[in-house]
Amino acid sequence: MREFSFDAVVVGGGAAGMAAALALDSRGRTVALVDREAGLGGILLQCIHNGFGLIEFDEELSGPEFAERIEEGVRKSRIEAFCAATVIDLEAAGEEKTLVCVSSSLGILRLKCRVVVLAMGCRERNRGNIRIPGTRPAGVFTAGLAQRLVNIEGYLPGRDIVIIGSGDIGLIMARRMSWVGCEVHAVVEILPYPSGLTRNIVQCLHDFDIPLYLSHLTTRIYGRDRVEGVEVTPLENGALVPAKAFEIPCDTVLLSVGLVPENELSKKAGIDINPATNGPAVDSTMMTNLGGVFACGNVLHVHDLVDFVVEESRRAGGYAADWLDGQRPKAEARVKIGANVRYVSPGRVDLARENKIYLRSLVVKNDATLEVRLDKALVRSIRKNHVQPSEMISLELKPGELGAGSSRAEPVVEISIR
Amino acid sequence: MSPSREGIEGRFDVAVIGAGVSGACIARRLSAYELRVALIEKEEDVSFGVSKANSGIVHGGFHHNKKYLKARLEVQGGMMFDRLKAELDFPFVRCGIVVAAMHDDELRGIGQLYSQGVENGAIGIEMCSRERLLELEPRLSPDCVGGLYAPGGGIIEPYRFVFSLVESARKNGVVLFTGWKLVSAAREELAWRLRSSDGRIVEASYVVNAAGLHADDVSRAFGAEDFRIQGRKGEYYLLDRLTKAKPDRVVFPVPSASSKGMLVIPTVEGTVLLGPTATSTDDKEDFATSRVELETILRSAKNLVPAISESDVITSFAGIRSVLGEDFYIDVSGKAPALIQVAGIQSPGLTASPAIGEYVKDLLKKAGLRLVEKADWDPFVDKVPRAKDLTPFELDEFVKADPAFGNIVCRCERVTEAEIVAAIRRGHTTLDGIKYFTRAQMGRCQGGFCTYRILKIIMRETGMAWDEITKRGEGSRVLGGEL
Amino acid sequence: MTCITCPIGCSLSIEREDGGSLVVTGNRCPRGAAYAREELLSPKRTVTATVRARTVVKAAEGGGGAELPRRVPCRTLSAFPRERVGELLSLLYGIELELPVERGKILVKDALGTGIDVIVTRSIA
Repeated sequence: MREFSFDAVVVGGGAAGMAAALALDSRGRTVALVDREAGLGGILLQCIHNGFGLIEFDEELSGPEFAERIEEGVRKSRIEAFCAATVIDLEAAGEEKTLVCVSSSLGILRLKCRVVVLAMGCRERNRGNIRIPGTRPAGVFTAGLAQRLVNIEGYLPGRDIVIIGSGDIGLIMARRMSWVGCEVHAVVEILPYPSGLTRNIVQCLHDFDIPLYLSHLTTRIYGRDRVEGVEVTPLENGALVPAKAFEIPCDTVLLSVGLVPENELSKKAGIDINPATNGPAVDSTMMTNLGGVFACGNVLHVHDLVDFVVEESRRAGGYAADWLDGQRPKAEARVKIGANVRYVSPGRVDLARENKIYLRSLVVKNDATLEVRLDKALVRSIRKNHVQPSEMISLELKPGELGAGSSRAEPVVEISIR
Repeated sequence: MSPSREGIEGRFDVAVIGAGVSGACIARRLSAYELRVALIEKEEDVSFGVSKANSGIVHGGFHHNKKYLKARLEVQGGMMFDRLKAELDFPFVRCGIVVAAMHDDELRGIGQLYSQGVENGAIGIEMCSRERLLELEPRLSPDCVGGLYAPGGGIIEPYRFVFSLVESARKNGVVLFTGWKLVSAAREELAWRLRSSDGRIVEASYVVNAAGLHADDVSRAFGAEDFRIQGRKGEYYLLDRLTKAKPDRVVFPVPSASSKGMLVIPTVEGTVLLGPTATSTDDKEDFATSRVELETILRSAKNLVPAISESDVITSFAGIRSVLGEDFYIDVSGKAPALIQVAGIQSPGLTASPAIGEYVKDLLKKAGLRLVEKADWDPFVDKVPRAKDLTPFELDEFVKADPAFGNIVCRCERVTEAEIVAAIRRGHTTLDGIKYFTRAQMGRCQGGFCTYRILKIIMRETGMAWDEITKRGEGSRVLGGEL
Repeated sequence: MTCITCPIGCSLSIEREDGGSLVVTGNRCPRGAAYAREELLSPKRTVTATVRARTVVKAAEGGGGAELPRRVPCRTLSAFPRERVGELLSLLYGIELELPVERGKILVKDALGTGIDVIVTRSIA
């Protein structure tokens, strides 16, 4: 059993973890970066499609290129990366934290530190989570697993595909499966609007004439040993119409039905979870209820663009460095979720400094207005041409913009969409 | 798992048809004697039929009247599990069973269960007040009015139990044939000549029909008793191990005439199982779940344990119990020579199975089989270390000896590459076989992260090509092509 | 038409003016206007794909699965004529690439005579 000490340990070597580690490193802190995979980069390595980096690098890159650009920074830094190492426990006893990791080459590894940044990303919801009845044949995959199989391992999950859920990974996979010679017969979405980004609907479905069934529920998977098809039932006014159910024959079902932050390590360590995001409940510095433990990227809340993940994680790393320097938030206000808002992250802002927050809309709306209230008084109002649940909204709040501040002991910033 | 696919594969004293829990217990029991024993399974791996999808309960000995053979074997079998666990290293805990009455008129049923349990000789069984019941199981609904406690009841991983039994049987000389589907049986001189669908032949002096759902077809193939196994489908929900609704004990409702009702089961490995429903089915291959049945389970389970939440569901599945009247049918065939019928092994079949092994051994003796104990019978199997159960210090030592213990393949259930390899080397080469042996793919991500890793390890360890790997045998190929 | 040059996804309208020239509205940046014209006249797509890696699987037994990927990702350096994407993919699927390989390496120069190069998008040591 080996033991090492660092100022900070970052769990997860994807875009979020690398960005947070780089921020800590640039502040002169010693940093370890732990990842279970053989190399850094995380899920980006299987996202071989383009569309990454427009904000971060002002260029349109593929996932592996985006990851490598950031990784190059890590290699030039003094960050110590432990790859092929899985964190199995986070022990937080006051100031001192220990991450227990296991790897083939080093056995059990104990990393001691004062700051931990959680950047474990998310996992895909699966068939059980959405409770699709029917048989349990081979041929049911989450879209991300299929993406890994096709793009890195070089295997096809099947030939005749139905995709359940119109999340981005599912849409991207619709194009990928078409481009590797498979037939994508349908994308089935329970909601009346697509869950993925508009450009993916256009580029991944329209280009291939793949039908998108909105307001349709997959009510059954059938096939004894291998998938033989799915039964799809339309929803009218929110109710299933079994008389209009139809079957789509296929040999493969790909599920793109949402992502869930991977917080099992956090929960085991006693970190409070925000039920709206399934990520840790954090303060204005993205610190959890355990002092010195921060969270960023998809483990905090599921992002739509990796560029936002990197931006947020870089700030989280900076806040973690501030914390090591002894800085603490000065004038925190709770963020209240107002009308038509699904969640806001982080759930607190510091009225004494600049804040950047991310939120998601509950509704699809054109010509929307984003309203910010401090203790019920409207302090800002921002026009948005278009809002939809699948696209994250970012918002900067500067001290001046929050009016004269709050006189209340527990100030509340409310954000709503009208 | 099988050796050659052609011609005669050997002459045996006993052939046991069906490698579910009954067949496995029988074969393992017989392995203690100087006998050549064949264990024959139509599926790709053992425990792939009724035995893989059930409640995983060692019952408390109070559900059935002792006039039934099944009640007697239940109590006898239930007591044998502690020793078996020591020998065979499968997950089993005697966590106890509570039966909760939710209103006063159910208390009469509790009284009946209690008397039955006492008559059956169930040890430690106790009538409980509401307060006592809530103390025993704090997650029970506060609406309960009283109930029963059976400390002898427990939880078990049924497929692991079968895997261990078969491993032990094979270690002691039993020959296992998988993917071996019986098509005909002919009596020639003093032996049965059994033929499989792919032309393989096994000859045996005695045959045990432990074919589960298909025991009726097998009986007919032997020209023996004509009976019909009725399938009774049960659907289940599995909840994540982080659920707040995990009880400390198995929670039963007060049973109805036909079924023990839907339970809330804390599985040995830390997840929670809800179910089963009970619907008769004529299609013995019908493992489909339905929305209506699954909703019934949630409603019923929440009634017992209110903290249960839909958001904790990680998967659902169905199993089929093989029903033949009220009782087990275990006897020497009256029509076909040297054939033992082991049919209608519905609940409490898993609990009774070790006693079924004894009982069938005695029946074979009665039918003329000579039993001579082996001097060198070894009841123990090699323990497979599981990373999940090791302390970091212990795991560190294991990694030093074998680096594969340092590679966690399944993060949700913390399964290492070493455990996957152990499964494959024991013959579990399908995704489901590996799942049942190791728990990889059984957790909250349901294989989303680890499936591709397992596929690669199977290819590396077995030399199988991508198109040879299946989920659970023929027809269930996992991959559809290669780029 | 929905603009796909960036994540914002502007809703574009195209009208032909009296003089015959195309007028794009709804775009927030010049790229949107260019996209709308191009999408109408000669649609192009960035193509991403993978090519086979000629790998010797490193001894991975107990090594933590540190074997090399079987596919190497690549993409066109700029958008490629949509009607020729199938042809390009067939070309790429026939390629076998020796490892190691560096990101940015030109895999196909002037693919199908379009003047567009295809580059490797991941370094594999």
